[in-house]
Amino acid sequence: MIGVIDYRAGNAPSVYNALKKIGGEVLMVNTAQDLEKIRGVILPGVGSAGATMDSLTEMGILSPLEEKVRGGSMPFLGICIGMQILFEHSAEGDIPCLGWLKGKVTRFDKRRVRVPQMGWNEVRFCREHPLVENMGQSGHFYYVNSYHVNPADENDILAVTDYDGDFCCMVQRDNIMAAQFHIEKSGPLGLKLLANYLRLVEGGQPSC
Amino acid sequence: MLTKRLLACFDMRDGMVTKAHQFQDNFDIGAAAEIACKIYEDQIDEIIFYDITASAKKKPIDLDTVRTVAERVFVPFTVGGGIRNLDDMYQVLKAGAEKISVDSMAVRNPAIIEEGAKAFGSQCIVLSMQVKRVEKTERIRSGYEIAIDGARTYTGMDALEWAKRGEDLGAGELCVNSIDCDGTHNGYDLAITGLIADAVSIPVIASGGAGNPSHIADAFTQTGASAAIISSMLYSPKLPRNYPVAEIKELLSEKGIPVRPYLK
Repeated sequence: MIGVIDYRAGNAPSVYNALKKIGGEVLMVNTAQDLEKIRGVILPGVGSAGATMDSLTEMGILSPLEEKVRGGSMPFLGICIGMQILFEHSAEGDIPCLGWLKGKVTRFDKRRVRVPQMGWNEVRFCREHPLVENMGQSGHFYYVNSYHVNPADENDILAVTDYDGDFCCMVQRDNIMAAQFHIEKSGPLGLKLLANYLRLVEGGQPSC
Repeated sequence: MLTKRLLACFDMRDGMVTKAHQFQDNFDIGAAAEIACKIYEDQIDEIIFYDITASAKKKPIDLDTVRTVAERVFVPFTVGGGIRNLDDMYQVLKAGAEKISVDSMAVRNPAIIEEGAKAFGSQCIVLSMQVKRVEKTERIRSGYEIAIDGARTYTGMDALEWAKRGEDLGAGELCVNSIDCDGTHNGYDLAITGLIADAVSIPVIASGGAGNPSHIADAFTQTGASAAIISSMLYSPKLPRNYPVAEIKELLSEKGIPVRPYLK
């Protein structure tokens, strides 16, 4: 069973629908107790980093989630804002975030590119990992973001995309994984990546 | 490189996709959810539904259709028409849409753009603008006026000024729909699309008038538009021929326009 953290500003329904499409068993996570019923957890996100942090705090889910993911080994998948809040600080609202990964979140420069970045852009995978298995060297995924992460440790970077230069669009460190693009809204390639995550949670290796 | 987007736009009436010519003479095309699925499988980049029953007859938005489409379509999905307040926005997003398009209501109550952006993020809020070519005056310097209520009411507002204000209020995208070109199949209004795209930093969507892939190419090469809306050329039986998404993308690629590659 995969849990999708459901908070007011999030787009949990879209992620839920995508998981259902690929045959996943899904639970909408609303309380800390729900975390006991799942084997993998997805934190979707739209909106702002501050609103997301506030929602998660109000739900009383932050410390039990940290316990499961960092204390235990529950595979975590963050999407969009769900990726950004993993880092130490976000320039959006100048707020501290979870700090599970080292680095900062900064804004694209609107004097140089349109902000938000909205649309399909090429994701180039930097290394091998079960999450991106059988995806080839690159593929196009759907983005909506004004901010992006800057990991302090380059080893955390799993993929990059060019928007006013390369930025980190996927990270992975141990059981913590995340993508800046909307996996759930990236057509067949997005569903394929999500299926890789499902298999990874189930403990098997992704197959061809 | 960020690619240019192709958006399929459908007017929906009682769960059916319907097609109008310059906002009049509607005829039904087919069940909305089925058409959305078909065009998703054809690899369109995004889908927009305007619920014209909800907007014209002040009825609630058809959330059942929104839900059905969201369960079956895995590209961004925008819903417009009949959105009156923050709760309507929330209902549409909870039903599985990614974005909300506001139009007449935002002209009457611009604060809704700001409130929506604050509550759900700018990326959710598409400001759709009906623009009409008029004589340049002191009040309407761009020579384009904003109309509302299905192009039946003229507001005296300058389209370019409204676009900039929309960005300032927090809209994440601007859809520039030309009343003059809509349904003509003679191409987009490149002048106002370009003017607005140059004046704002957020993405601009060209809308109204596409009849063949060259029109789309023109919008991308002659203006700063990030996306283009197509509808008739995809499915309308009133055109000499329809174009599958694959063929449109191939033609755009040949002209050097970056598009999301069609997966074979």
